[in-house]
Amino acid sequence: MTEEAYNFAYLNEQTKRMIRRAILKGLATPGYQVPFASREMPMPYGWGTGGVQVSAATLTPEDTFKVIDQGADDTTNAVSIRKFVERTAGIATTTKTSDAKVIQTRHRIPEAPLTEDQILIYQVPIPEPLRFLEPRETETRKMHSREDYGLMHVKLYEDIAQHGHIATPYAYPVRVEGRYLMDPSPIPKFDTPKMEMAAIQLFGAGREQRIYALPPYTKVTPLDFEDPFDPSKAPHPCGLCGAEDAYLDEVITDDTGRRMFVCSDTDYCETRREAGHRGKDAA
Amino acid sequence: MSLLLSVQDLRKTYGRLIGCTNICFDLFVGEVIGPVGESGSGKTTLLNCLSGHLPPDQGQVIFDTRSDGPRNTVTMSEPARRMLARTDWAFVQQHARDGLRMNVSAGGNVGERLMALGARHYGDIRLQAEDWLTRVEIDASRIDDRPATFSGGMQQRLQIARNLITGPRLVFRDEPTGGLHVSVQARLLDMLRGLVRDMGLLAMIVTHDLAVVRLLADRLMVIKDGRVIETGLTDQVLDDPQAAHTQLLVSSVLQV
Amino acid sequence: MIRIENVSKSFTLHSQGGTEIPVLQGTTLGVAPGECVALTGPSGVGKSTLMRMIYGSSLAACGSICMGGVDVAKAASRDILTLRRHTLGYVSQFLRVVPRVPTLDVVAEPLLAVGHHPVAARHRAEHLLARLNIPKRLWGLSPTTFSGGEQQRVRIARDFAYDYPALLLDEPTASLDPANRAVVLAPIHEAKAPGAAIVGIFHNVPTRAKVCTRAVDLSAFIPREAA
Repeated sequence: MTEEAYNFAYLNEQTKRMIRRAILKGLATPGYQVPFASREMPMPYGWGTGGVQVSAATLTPEDTFKVIDQGADDTTNAVSIRKFVERTAGIATTTKTSDAKVIQTRHRIPEAPLTEDQILIYQVPIPEPLRFLEPRETETRKMHSREDYGLMHVKLYEDIAQHGHIATPYAYPVRVEGRYLMDPSPIPKFDTPKMEMAAIQLFGAGREQRIYALPPYTKVTPLDFEDPFDPSKAPHPCGLCGAEDAYLDEVITDDTGRRMFVCSDTDYCETRREAGHRGKDAA
Repeated sequence: MSLLLSVQDLRKTYGRLIGCTNICFDLFVGEVIGPVGESGSGKTTLLNCLSGHLPPDQGQVIFDTRSDGPRNTVTMSEPARRMLARTDWAFVQQHARDGLRMNVSAGGNVGERLMALGARHYGDIRLQAEDWLTRVEIDASRIDDRPATFSGGMQQRLQIARNLITGPRLVFRDEPTGGLHVSVQARLLDMLRGLVRDMGLLAMIVTHDLAVVRLLADRLMVIKDGRVIETGLTDQVLDDPQAAHTQLLVSSVLQV
Repeated sequence: MIRIENVSKSFTLHSQGGTEIPVLQGTTLGVAPGECVALTGPSGVGKSTLMRMIYGSSLAACGSICMGGVDVAKAASRDILTLRRHTLGYVSQFLRVVPRVPTLDVVAEPLLAVGHHPVAARHRAEHLLARLNIPKRLWGLSPTTFSGGEQQRVRIARDFAYDYPALLLDEPTASLDPANRAVVLAPIHEAKAPGAAIVGIFHNVPTRAKVCTRAVDLSAFIPREAA
């Protein structure tokens, strides 16, 4: 139910236009961080203010909206953002990946492949992949403009030297079309290969005031040494649906420490179970 | 010997103050040249203008690049200059902390230039880093230690390895032995001399320590108030100084 | 080999109101291959100054100093450097080396500078040090800690490591006992035999007589106003 006091999708039209310009610029320069005038949203920073603003500027009244947090539709963050959009835009929402036109996500890419008419919007905490190596924004911007990315390999080198392997399990840095170095937001390394997809991908960082984007089928390459990229995951099938190819969450089930591994993508798991797949822990 | 660096009419001012002016000289492969002068004479300004850290107000710095032959580094694009800075040039800082990444291991420090140039084979990078650590007399087993756990002299040597791994043709050194114990200085000096000889590079060493330049430099350039007042072979300038200021400089050195 | 013509030199002391001290005037001297010319004359006559001018570490006011196709009095710094590396050796009165560098490396350095293989260079250095009676236990130590006589012999080993066609010897036997003096004179003779041109200063008259083919008294070139 829409409350008449709100403009469609909360933001005023001027703001949405400003954000759309940033999105278009981002799509024209894949991986490049476009500054935008991020607005105060009725939720704290770190709860997806960037993603919500990008969603608000992208949604039309005919769209169906889905929100996931760590792959799940039923976590607090996902539920509250879904409610927020229902209330301010009055559009249809869904938990079905295949039914959604716009999907806002935190920390995961849905397991089911997305299509050309879908848009995936990421919530991004820190858009600058070089931030922890070079804290000065003036320097990192120069490094981006000059493709001066040797430093990122120094970080990966350090990982191997200190841990024996590249110990970056999430937010694994990627090169976009051989040009910009990009932070894929804190998605697991497992999801990185999925970023070459049919859907448009938009990234919004509210506190940092940056938007960046990947047009469909953009080439996304994980940064690596010449030994092959290893998209790590737990070596188990899903306990509920038996999926072998999905990213899993580890769930402790009782006080004696019994545990099970289940799909982090709740819609994917349910869809599989509806189709008759059963895991070893399924009731 | 081939011409590597040719400086013509270089000038840099800070408002009304002259950093350096009317600087002209030619340098050849295999030479070690030392600009000397008192603090504030313009040595460091000159070094920074030549190494691309400061834009000069006028003049040309023609450097014979390995890839494209002679180029004016003053007018070339910033990315091209940065590329030179990590291939053909080396800049060894006075304070090792300014020239090293203190939170990155010794191997990462030494390998950074290789990775910046596109080296992507972990094993190769590591082998080369180990080789260079050995060449600067750091035990290869320290490859995964951070520079913070190294002594001052080791940090300086690590800085040298980090800079020389890409086989630069021109090395800039600002006060190479400043702040180090005398006995450590000696080792460092000898290593530098050996590297200059073996790698056939051109080195420009800025220092106010005349004893150091006597041992290291082939030629001196005496600078006063931003101007070169005397040039010549090191022993000629130190043993038979011509200009009044040079005579003063030389006679001010304590004899040991 | 070495041709010195009409060379003059004076020192200007800026700190003493620009006082000019003339030292040499119209100095003319030729040294043929295989010759060893001793510079003589009273103290202060300009023997060491002339040696330094030949080596290029002192500037001649006028005249020419030619050897190996280079006029040291006018040549560019890098030509003099090349000359020093390949043609002209100099046993000076001071041993200036980087402290803490082993004697063996000090002696091998001139060979490394002209591109000899490190192993061959060290081999030659060992040979010379042994000949000059430097005890083997000292080879790995820096010569800066040695006695005067030992330092002198290290200097000679270093400057005879490479066979320079022209050599300058500034008091090569000054602080040596008679036994070691003889040891030092042998390589000088050997350098002379195949045709090195040598200019030297020897205060010890018997030594001078033994080594030198002739002597030139620089008193003849004392500038008129100084006389």
